[in-house]
Amino acid sequence: MINGEINMKVNIAGVEFKNPVMVGSGTFGSGMEYSEFVDLNRLGAVVTKGVANIPWPGNPTPRVVETCGGMLNAIGLQNPGIDTFIERDLEFLKDYDTRVIVNVCGKTVEDYLEVVERLSDKAVDMLEINVSCPNVKEGAIAFGQKADALYDITDKIKKVAAQPVIMKLSPNVTDITEMAKAAEAAGADAVSLINTLTAMKIDIHKRTFALANKTGGLSGPAIKPVAVRMVYQVAQSVRIPVIGMGGIANAEDALEFIMAGASAVAVGAMNFHDPYTTLKVIDGIKEYMEKYGINDINELTGCVG
Amino acid sequence: MSKVKETAVIISQDKLTEDIYSMWINTRIANEAVPGQFVSVYTKDKTRLLPRPISICETWGSHSLRIVYRIAGEGTKEFSTYKAGDSIDILGPLGNGFPLKNDGPAILIGGGIGIPPMLELAKRLDCDKTIVLGYRNAETFLDKELEEHGRIVIATDDGSAGIKGNVIDAINRTGISGSIIYACGPTPMLKGVKAYALGQGIEAYISMEERMACGVGACLGCVCESVKTDDHSKVNNKRICKDGPVFHVSEVVL
Repeated sequence: MINGEINMKVNIAGVEFKNPVMVGSGTFGSGMEYSEFVDLNRLGAVVTKGVANIPWPGNPTPRVVETCGGMLNAIGLQNPGIDTFIERDLEFLKDYDTRVIVNVCGKTVEDYLEVVERLSDKAVDMLEINVSCPNVKEGAIAFGQKADALYDITDKIKKVAAQPVIMKLSPNVTDITEMAKAAEAAGADAVSLINTLTAMKIDIHKRTFALANKTGGLSGPAIKPVAVRMVYQVAQSVRIPVIGMGGIANAEDALEFIMAGASAVAVGAMNFHDPYTTLKVIDGIKEYMEKYGINDINELTGCVG
Repeated sequence: MSKVKETAVIISQDKLTEDIYSMWINTRIANEAVPGQFVSVYTKDKTRLLPRPISICETWGSHSLRIVYRIAGEGTKEFSTYKAGDSIDILGPLGNGFPLKNDGPAILIGGGIGIPPMLELAKRLDCDKTIVLGYRNAETFLDKELEEHGRIVIATDDGSAGIKGNVIDAINRTGISGSIIYACGPTPMLKGVKAYALGQGIEAYISMEERMACGVGACLGCVCESVKTDDHSKVNNKRICKDGPVFHVSEVVL
C-alpha cells in the first residue's frame, strides 16, 4: 500500500523533529522521572517544566484535584531556577537524541529575558515562552491575555533569543486568534496551545475549595474539543507553525489536532494516567498512516482546513 | 527491577470493615517492594484519569502484594467491586519506605488507613516491637494480624475499644518506651507523634500523604514543606511521592 519509508519528521522554524509528538510543559519535569518508563530518544521533543531566573516555591497544597475527564492543577510554577536547571536538567538531557524545548516563565519581562539570555549558548533547540499559566499572581498569564502586552514581550524576547521562540497561548481569552496574530507580528517562530483553562472545584464535604489556590488550570481529555477548535482557528489565522495540545490521550486525538492544523502535538496530563502515552501516540500515528497509505505526516497537517 | 506499570490479576478481595477492603494482587512489584512504599492504582473508568496512591500493606513471595484501602470516593469504590481473577492496572513500587533499624525497641504507630503499611514493617523488623493502633471506634482491622508481630495497644476516638483517646494518649497511659518510632496516619496524628518524639528525644520516621497526580516526582503536585532548602527543588519543598512518603521527623515542617 505504501511505497518506501513513512516520514514522520516535521520541521518547525528550521528545527527538525523525528516525529511530531512532544510532552506538555509541566507534566514531564525534564524527563528524568519518566525516563524510567519511556525511552526519551523516541520522543519528538522533551518540553521542560517552566524555569525562571531564580527558584520559585510554588503554591500551597492541595495543588491538584481530579475532575470528570480531567484534573485541576495549581502548582504555581515551582521550579529550581535557571542555575540548577542548566547544571542538572540540561546536563541530563544531553545524553538523549531528542529535541529539547525549554519552557521559560517569569514575573517581569526582565525575568524572562534573563532566562532566555542564559540559555543562548546552551544545548537547547527551542524556547517556549509561558505567557499563559493561570496559577501565579504575577507575570505569566498577565502577558498573555492582552494582545499588546503579548506583542511587547514577544518582541523583546525575540531580540535576545538565540533559539527559535514558541509563544504558548492561553485559552482564557475572548479571541485566541488575536493573541496568535500578535505573537506572529512580533516575530514569534511558532505558537503552542492550549494551556489550561481556569477552573474551580468545591469540596462539598469540607465546604471549601478543593485547591488551596481556589482556582486551578483544567487539563485532560475534558478540554480536548475546545483545544482542537482553538488550534483550528489559530492555524487558519497565522502562517507560523502551531503546536497543538489539550487532553491528548491516544493517536486518534493527536491526529485530530494535526488535521486541524497542528505541525506537532504534545501529550500533557495523560502522562499521569499512563506514562507510556507518548509512545502509544507515536506508534498509533504510524499505524494510521500505514492503514490509509499516507507517506508523509505533513500531508495530514491542516488537511481539514 | 525499577518501577513498572502493569496489568495485574487480583488474587482475592475481602471486606474488613464497613469501608475498608483488603486486596491481594499477583504482581512482580511485590518482589522489590519495601515497607512504607506505595503503588499507583488506576480505575477502569477512564473519566477518572489520576491513579490512586495506596500504601503497600504486605508482600508474600516475589509475586503477591496486598493493599488495604478505605473507600474514599468513586475510584476506591470501583476497586471494592473487583473480584478474584479481575485485572487491575498498577504502577510501582513508588517512594522510599521506612529504614529498617533492628536495634529497637521500636514503637510502630498507625492511625486509621495509615495502619496497613505497619504490617509489612512489623514483619520485617527484627527487634522488640510495640504496635500502637488508632481507630475511630471498635470496628478495628489488621489488629489480629499485627498481634503476631508485637505487643498491640489500641486507642479509639470513642473509647469503644482499647484506650479512649488518640495514639499519643495511649502511649502516655501505658508507659510504652522505645528508641525508634515509625508512624503513618493523618497529619494531626503525625504532628502529635513529632511533638512526642522530639519531647522524648526518640528518633522517628513518619509517612506523609497529600493529593498526588503523577506519583513519580514529575508534576510537583504533592509537596510538603521541608525544614532545610531541598536539594532537588532548591526551595523548602520535598516531593512526598518521590522523596517520601517516609521522612525523618526533623526533615519536614508539620
